[in-house]
Amino acid sequence: MAAPLSVEVEFGGGAELLFDGVKKHQVTLPGQEEPWDIRNLLVWIKKNLLKERPELFIQGDSVRPGILVLINDADWELLGELDYQLQDQDSVLFISTLHGG
Amino acid sequence: MCQVGEDYGEQVPVGPPPPPLQSREQKCVKCQEGVPVVVIRAGDAFCRDCFKAYYVHKFRAVLGKNRIIFPGEKVLLAWSGGLSSSSMLWQVLEGLSRSSAKQLRFMPGVVYVDEGAACGRSPEDRAETLAEVRSILQSAGLPWYSVSLEKVFSLPQSVLRYFSQEPATGKSTYKEAVDGFIRQQQGLGTQGTEDSPSPNPGEEQLSWHGPQDAQSLAEPPTAAQTEAVSRLFHSVRTLTAKEELLHTFRTHLILHVARTHGYSKVMTGDSCTRLAIKLLTNLALGRGAFLAWDTGFADERHGDVVVVRPMREHTLKEVAFYNHLFAVPTVVTPTLDTKAPEKASIHRLMETFVLRLQAQFPSTVSTVYRTSEKLIKAPRAGRATSPSRPRCLLCLCTLDVDSEDSATAFGAQTTIAPSRRQPPTPQAQAEEPPVTCCSPGCGAGSAEREDLRASVIEQLCYGCRVNTKDLPSLEPLPPYVLTEAQLRGHRARVTQEIQEFLMEDSEDEVDTA
Repeated sequence: MAAPLSVEVEFGGGAELLFDGVKKHQVTLPGQEEPWDIRNLLVWIKKNLLKERPELFIQGDSVRPGILVLINDADWELLGELDYQLQDQDSVLFISTLHGG
Repeated sequence: MCQVGEDYGEQVPVGPPPPPLQSREQKCVKCQEGVPVVVIRAGDAFCRDCFKAYYVHKFRAVLGKNRIIFPGEKVLLAWSGGLSSSSMLWQVLEGLSRSSAKQLRFMPGVVYVDEGAACGRSPEDRAETLAEVRSILQSAGLPWYSVSLEKVFSLPQSVLRYFSQEPATGKSTYKEAVDGFIRQQQGLGTQGTEDSPSPNPGEEQLSWHGPQDAQSLAEPPTAAQTEAVSRLFHSVRTLTAKEELLHTFRTHLILHVARTHGYSKVMTGDSCTRLAIKLLTNLALGRGAFLAWDTGFADERHGDVVVVRPMREHTLKEVAFYNHLFAVPTVVTPTLDTKAPEKASIHRLMETFVLRLQAQFPSTVSTVYRTSEKLIKAPRAGRATSPSRPRCLLCLCTLDVDSEDSATAFGAQTTIAPSRRQPPTPQAQAEEPPVTCCSPGCGAGSAEREDLRASVIEQLCYGCRVNTKDLPSLEPLPPYVLTEAQLRGHRARVTQEIQEFLMEDSEDEVDTA
């Protein structure tokens, strides 16, 4: 049983336009059986934060190609991408490099 | 990688699987010390400092390698507020503030084009964006120009003309120019206390308010102009054509600003990811003949103002990381294709295609991009590169259309139009005068409209012709395009008439002699 986590989720490069233009979201992830990883976080974001057109942000179980993910200001490729296990007070940043955000 | 695992899977001693990269024990590939923050080029992890050095070096290397920007030259940075152009602006600022040995020696200015009217943004949203833009540009401290898209309705026809480059008097080579500049700077340095590496920006900021032309460009657009732009963009049937049209107008505006303020170079922020996408997009748009200009490092299609792309070796990932790590300010502005579905336009589709392929095959972008480097700007066989060769009215490239002896479907299509250019039959001649004397506003019959369309289409390259098919009417186009089209058409006809006489004359002369 993973304890609830407090995580900062941030969007940039135009990705925030899918989230009502709000860049920073301080969120509390509820406690659940399995540990919170990025894969779960994306599902949670899709359900709770995403305001419109989920296909422009999430494709399959990952982010749409062209959207970069930074965990605590580091490339998620260094940290296991979708399998990275979130810690309390982590910050996750999504930057869109797509044309028009 | 997968194959290695499959082939030798059984031979690997069974043990705890090696921890994935997530432990962050990995070190920077460059300095072997720093904690890596970004992975570039398939698996190379860089720490913050090494990444910065790598990034800055690449920018300067591109400029150094191409030796196209001369010291003291005025260079206009085309800044949209987006990731790449913001990064470019900051690279230039950083380059200016460096110690003299490594200092960038050109004189930059910045131009911003407010495209809100084309995307139907509300005046309040646009004002908000403009305020943001203004504050960033003011803090940059360079001379800057903000132009709204509406100003295409007051552009002069001269934008569409080709001006050949002035011969570089005296400073024929890059090396000489650099040496001369350094001597000059040293002279200045001994004369007075010149602490600031770029003494001019402040002065220029003041002086640019002076010229009338600059003033009219800087004025806020009128409601009627905004209405005209939005009517034009609303009339266009496809997003693809809208994007192309917007790109055309943006280029014309930037070119006009560059010319009126004496800038001989324009820098755009196209990254290598963007250029790879652009290359394939333009291929699909029928602009294959111009790929070398559209995606190369330097684009000399305008003659006197050369467009250069110094960010072309940086991937968008690098750009985004740099901007984030070093707090480069950007302005997010919704544009035509914001929130558009993936298949909304050729541009969008190609972007999705390339990026998705890139996610699976990390060398996709670089492979496509390398292709753009190898393209050579050779004139078509049997044609000389003279400035007087006909150029496309919209993209300003040398026309790629065959008017005769073409066996392609396109050739067959185009021979219909040029048939008007054939020596006029007596019948046609009789009809000629009323057509040539009519100005676009003098009658509004459908024949008139057809004639307008024909006279514009005739002067477009293949890609622009295809694009124009999505414009149901050409009348909402800005006047400078239409007037220039009519003028060129008229001139072509007159030239042909004169030529016939000249040939007859010369033949007569030969005969009599």
